[in-house]
Amino acid sequence: MTTLQLENIVKRYKNHTVLDHLSLDVKDGETLVLFGPSGAGKSVLLRLIAGVIDAEEGRILIGGEDMTDVDAEHRGIGMAFQNFALFPHMDAFENIATPLEAKRSSADTIKAGVHRVAKLLKIDHVLTHRPKALSNGQKQRTALARALAGSPPLLLLDDPLRNVDAKLRFEMRLELPRVLAAQGATVVYVTQDYKEAMALGDRIAVMSEGRIRQIGTPEDIYNAPADIDIARLFGDPTINLLDVKPNAEADGVSVLLSDVRIVLPGIPANAAGKACVLGLRPEALSFVPAGTPGAIPVTVEAETPLNEKTVTLALTVRGREILVSRPAGTPGPASGSAHIAVDGANAFLFDKQTGALIARHGSHTGTQGEAA
Amino acid sequence: METTSTLEKTLRLLALTLVVIFFMFPIFWIFLMSFQTNETILRIPPQVIFEPTLSNYTALITGKLTSAAGTLDIAFMKNLGNSVFLSVTSVALALVLGVPAAYAFARHKFKGSEDIAFTLLSFRFAPPLLVLLPLTQYFQWLGLANTYIGLIWVYQLICLPLILWIVRGYFEDISADVEYAYRIAGHSWFATFRRIALPLAGPGIAAAGLLAFIFAWNNFVFALVLASADKQPVTVGALAFVTSSGIQYGQIAAAIVLSVTPTLALALYAQRYLVEGLSLGAVKG
Repeated sequence: MTTLQLENIVKRYKNHTVLDHLSLDVKDGETLVLFGPSGAGKSVLLRLIAGVIDAEEGRILIGGEDMTDVDAEHRGIGMAFQNFALFPHMDAFENIATPLEAKRSSADTIKAGVHRVAKLLKIDHVLTHRPKALSNGQKQRTALARALAGSPPLLLLDDPLRNVDAKLRFEMRLELPRVLAAQGATVVYVTQDYKEAMALGDRIAVMSEGRIRQIGTPEDIYNAPADIDIARLFGDPTINLLDVKPNAEADGVSVLLSDVRIVLPGIPANAAGKACVLGLRPEALSFVPAGTPGAIPVTVEAETPLNEKTVTLALTVRGREILVSRPAGTPGPASGSAHIAVDGANAFLFDKQTGALIARHGSHTGTQGEAA
Repeated sequence: METTSTLEKTLRLLALTLVVIFFMFPIFWIFLMSFQTNETILRIPPQVIFEPTLSNYTALITGKLTSAAGTLDIAFMKNLGNSVFLSVTSVALALVLGVPAAYAFARHKFKGSEDIAFTLLSFRFAPPLLVLLPLTQYFQWLGLANTYIGLIWVYQLICLPLILWIVRGYFEDISADVEYAYRIAGHSWFATFRRIALPLAGPGIAAAGLLAFIFAWNNFVFALVLASADKQPVTVGALAFVTSSGIQYGQIAAAIVLSVTPTLALALYAQRYLVEGLSLGAVKG
């Protein structure tokens, strides 16, 4: 275990700034997920930490020690790559053994070390195979095993589940926390899959365009996304976003949805009259019988079963689309007209112009990223 | 298709046979010539059936050429030895210099790296004779004229750009992540070059080496100008068969057979390395 500090990292390619004064603190033993769309600079950042590419500006500290100018082989890092990056001319055993060989361990130590991680990742039966003869899942496990073999205090995982099929990805998502816990390393994990980020991260750093937009626990980010983009990235189906113009109320503000007044408690009164976007998570909405106070009349357009939940597409009187999800198997609305209850306390309000979340009084909104 | 008709098979075989005959006939004819005397070769009409003789080969190997005008000393075996020595050492030197340079050009983009790489390639654009005239002067001042070192040096004009540019492409095809992975595992850049980059570019290096060898072997004009009789390779040595008393077709044919054999054997041997896949399914499948 160790800590990792990045201070004001800047990386440019020609005139394009890939990382823009990025700072990040990873705590001892923590699993930090770097989450963001492709092109956000996640992989570049990981390679910078690993030391295979250099930053133009900034410092990298591992365990409090300045590693900015230290060569990759002396940083004591384990890394797994999205495309596995196995050595094609070596069998799985030799691949996994490379970090141990670098430490000039004895043959017995190497053998014991390789078998330890191979067992952990359930690939001890394919150790004599070359990468060519391994299935994608086995390649990915071999790549992980190689990253783990040297027991590095800092582990960098670059979207390791990207190139395996959905079933394997699901399996690994369950298995990885156990493997990482057994290793006891500090982990930086890159992914583009919000479910993976939520499942694996102690904290998530949301990146876009070379900056960290928000950093916090998965709950923080889900319950208080810093802006519209982040709200849109987390959640399946995607959050409902509706243009509204709030009115001032005694406690907070209210918005009108199909002429039904919804009170958003705790929103500062200065939001009143501004162009805003109302964010409603599909799972925060529910169908209620007609006549329930505060219910919004809608027409049911379509229903899609999505494994563990069913998603309904509904249209408001004014033709705005709203997605509502409910656990699969629970009774749904009759087709045609229905009513939706909206809980104002669970709704988000964003400034339409800046996209930023309008925070509520006295509520926890998560740690804002330095660059946010 | 599994169900290829017999007709299609026959036609395909016929087409292949025609192509093979077209390309192999001159070599086959030379092979036949090498076992005939000048008289049988020059017979009109030419005949495929003849009494084979080994006299051409014995003449080459003993170095005594007996003709109507008397005996003549030829240094064919010495020439063959020169060819082997010059080609092997030139290619070896070009590999030692060219492979690390190719790696540098492939992996480290430094200021002016493209210009340097292109300049090295441009050596091959210049007509050799144009380069040779001033070079002969310089070599005489430097005392390099008619030396093996001088010849090997000049042969780098042929071998080095070839190896540099072919091998560079192979290095560039290796995923940078594969090398990063080895570095991060705790190995120095030199160990990464030796144990990852070199083996993975192996087929490319073999192909480039083979091509460079063939080019060096077939070179004529450099050796013609810069070397005297005792340093000349077979390409130049073959001129000795054009004697005042006529052209010794039989010996020329035998000389060709002997001088083609090493390159042919090398090509056949290296073939399996050349076709071997490059990345061997290392990255995602």
